[in-house]
Amino acid sequence: MKNYMKLTFPSDSVNQSFARSAVASFILPLNPTLSELSDVKTAVSEAVTNCMVHAYRHTTGEITLECETFGNVLHIRISDTGVGIENVELATTPFYTTLDDEERSGMGFTIMQTFTDELKVTSAKGQGTTVYMTKIFTDGQTDAE
Amino acid sequence: MTVSAKANDNSLYIYLSGEMDEHSARAARIRCDDLIESNAACCRLILNLAGIRFMDSTGIGFLIGRYKKAKLLCMQIFIENPEPCTDKILSVSGLYALIPKI
Repeated sequence: MKNYMKLTFPSDSVNQSFARSAVASFILPLNPTLSELSDVKTAVSEAVTNCMVHAYRHTTGEITLECETFGNVLHIRISDTGVGIENVELATTPFYTTLDDEERSGMGFTIMQTFTDELKVTSAKGQGTTVYMTKIFTDGQTDAE
Repeated sequence: MTVSAKANDNSLYIYLSGEMDEHSARAARIRCDDLIESNAACCRLILNLAGIRFMDSTGIGFLIGRYKKAKLLCMQIFIENPEPCTDKILSVSGLYALIPKI
């Protein structure tokens, strides 16, 4: 079955929990395991946090979150129209951060990559960033947790 | 997120619970550092993560921050009882090399 949803919300940190919970609810019909559900929530939280902390730093902008499911495959698209990333390759390097003094781990993109099956980032300086993630689910019946 | 603590035998136990993200970490950071400073005589700091139901990479930054704080005060720091979802992100990030799990 094909299904989709689209949300737009302001980049206020209070919406972090809302964004990941919304995606978690949307994918319940795919019967995810507890660990898959937690992976998706974490990956979404990373992308949304990036929009709030980096893209719309010191300002508030709009974040668009889109999900699409085909069978047991979930595609997520999270986009902003913020500052953009000059060097995507550098930004996705583990432990790389531009905000050292704020206790940032620099692990956001690494976590997204590890917790999903596919990650793609497109960005243009001054125009914004879009993160695409794909997650393939196994059958929840086999969940051992 | 909620933060509570107890101190005994030179050890300070800090119990963290709830969801740790960019939004919730701010207040928890201040509360934890207050607790660490007011128990600076302890030689061990144990962060109990049993109540953490969700954590993203903000949590890694948070824990590294508390590690630095503990080091400054010559306290040894450990993590105990992480849930599987927390354990996964901490393992992937290599955090246990810095803060051992007991």
